[in-house]
Amino acid sequence: MGDHHHGPAKGLSRWLFTTNHKDIGTMYLWFSFAMFILGGAFAMIIRAELFQPGMQLVEPAFFNQMTTLHGLVMVFGAIMPSFVGLANWMIPMMIGAPDMALPRMNNWSFWILPPAFLLLASSLFMEGGAPAFGWTFYAPLSTTYAPPSVTYFIFSVHVLGLSSIMGSINIIATVMNMRAPGMTYMKMPLFVWTWLITAFLLVAVMPVLAGAVTMMLMDIHFGTSFFSAAGGGDPVLFQHIFWFFGHPEVYIIILPAFGVVSQIIPAFSRKPLFGYDSMVYATASIAFLSFIVWAHHMYTVGMPIAGELFFMYATMLIAVPTGVKVFNWITTMWRGALTFETPMLFSIGFLVLFTIGGFTGLMLSIAPADFQYHDSYFVVAHFHYVMVAGAVFSMTAAVYYWLPKWCGRMYNETMGKTHFWISFIGFNVTFFPQHFVGLAGMPRRIPDYALQFADFNMMSSIGAFIYGASQILFLYNVIATIVAGKPISDEKVWDGAEGLEWTVATPAPYHTFETPPKIDPTHAHS
Amino acid sequence: MFRVSANPVIDTVTKLVTVAIGMFAFVFVVMVPLYDVLCDALGINGKTSGQAYTAIQAGVDESREITIQFVATNNDGMPWEFRPSVTAMKVNPGASNDTVFLARNPLPKDMVAQAIPSVSPSRAAEYFHKTECFCFNNQPLEGGGSVEMPLQFIIDQDLPSDIRTITLSYTMFDITDMTNGAVAAR
Repeated sequence: MGDHHHGPAKGLSRWLFTTNHKDIGTMYLWFSFAMFILGGAFAMIIRAELFQPGMQLVEPAFFNQMTTLHGLVMVFGAIMPSFVGLANWMIPMMIGAPDMALPRMNNWSFWILPPAFLLLASSLFMEGGAPAFGWTFYAPLSTTYAPPSVTYFIFSVHVLGLSSIMGSINIIATVMNMRAPGMTYMKMPLFVWTWLITAFLLVAVMPVLAGAVTMMLMDIHFGTSFFSAAGGGDPVLFQHIFWFFGHPEVYIIILPAFGVVSQIIPAFSRKPLFGYDSMVYATASIAFLSFIVWAHHMYTVGMPIAGELFFMYATMLIAVPTGVKVFNWITTMWRGALTFETPMLFSIGFLVLFTIGGFTGLMLSIAPADFQYHDSYFVVAHFHYVMVAGAVFSMTAAVYYWLPKWCGRMYNETMGKTHFWISFIGFNVTFFPQHFVGLAGMPRRIPDYALQFADFNMMSSIGAFIYGASQILFLYNVIATIVAGKPISDEKVWDGAEGLEWTVATPAPYHTFETPPKIDPTHAHS
Repeated sequence: MFRVSANPVIDTVTKLVTVAIGMFAFVFVVMVPLYDVLCDALGINGKTSGQAYTAIQAGVDESREITIQFVATNNDGMPWEFRPSVTAMKVNPGASNDTVFLARNPLPKDMVAQAIPSVSPSRAAEYFHKTECFCFNNQPLEGGGSVEMPLQFIIDQDLPSDIRTITLSYTMFDITDMTNGAVAAR
């Protein structure tokens, strides 16, 4: 059996043919970072154009392509694959499994991603330009009035969906079948729990997205009329189908982030997570509620009053389990022996800013008020508080937290903290003013705006350039750590960290837990 | 239903793939029809019934008059001239009313069109009964031709008393491509 203890293959074939969860996790993480930079570049173009009123740099049509691709690349290329990468790396190590349950499918689910994004990005160079109908691709903008490249977009979304479904099937199969003996469900680290629930959401709703784009494809090329009133269809049907996918999708993005901070905050508070059971139930409740609130994205389409009320109250209900989570994180820190290393800083940043995003979400959930906020910059500010300060901050925290474990070298703490503060300030300078311009009436997805919005937009753009630049510092810090960071060999990189991943050698060996670890039955969850 | 396989992983995967395929099918066979059913049932989008209403013998409510406004719009790119013969009329609930819409095809080619109705306020949709409507069928028209299209309707006596004005709007869609330009029919 000595054969099983070989190291990685050499050269390119290691990455092409690998079935190792750590290799695949690494590829996911690098790929998502590349997409983060690409989507960030699109955002920089948007903010540069909006730096001053009037048309300065790009044509309106190109501006629309930028907002569309920025959204698509960030959601499907940066945030989702980054958490899948993290799941690949950490879930087997957290539950004491030697690898993912389906290693070959794991390879596939990664390697179909880059071609999908190549297809999507190549549409920029096509006649008629890239998709310009917003990341929500509402019909008929995305059908009757779409550029010819929409077909490439549709195929790209099909492939992304396939990748996500395969990835989540793999995660569910791993968690349900490969836990070490004694690792009961209620002993699993919360990151594993949140990912298990996320994976179920993905299996349930990615096919719905695939169905929506398939209908678009049929409307465009095969003469059906799902979304065309001329043939008896209805464009509003598209919005219902899209958001039936889209609302669970936003929890798909944020639940793994909840899992990450639920690992990090206890580690740097040197206390076990407060209310572990309630965290699990809160996560499951959020997942359930995500299926019955979709129409709060479309209060203004003309729903019956009963519908508006139902979706309003159901949406407000989500604040309860989310409030439980925020309460538990704060209570975990209460009277803890706190230290503020970079992962903790990003987690606390997450906690504060995500809560602000949650509050603006509550404001948006109020149907009568939403008629004012709808499609304004207030919405843009809201979802960037939950997507960037929520998902991206927690992902950044995760990288700083586990990077020393992955590569056996310590990152530069001063540089990490600098990265946090520049990010934190840059982020808030970018997005806080957008609440104000939104309430004052500036619509989203426009390349030009009325003069009274000029000052806040200039602030926003300056903040965006600061936030964007801080990511280069992050990239530098990560590469410098991998290449020349201070070597460490302690199994437990952080003295307060708990969990099976901290019981293996540092750096994490290529193969871990080939014999299952012993789980102390008296020990609670990690 | 599921064969218990020797390999529990394969078992899990089989179930999950079934769920994924099921959800894909769910969009087509449940969500789309359900949407139409709900819109019809709730009168959302001001959708009136696509079927001719069979008049029930009932008295005419002489005590109130409802103003019916007619609006005709062309969908994007539709070249027809399309307008109501009268823009508004006052009717009593329960009485049968007639009007016509006028359409002219200014192009030299034969075309087929379809009018889609919408009632505002949408609450009134279920009380707006059409006994005859050009919107039930598609409307072929030879190049340069014109046509008077009849509409016969009854406002239900049960119309809520706070509704005094109802707007019936038609949008004309060019469906020539979908029907292969079959003007000869009819």
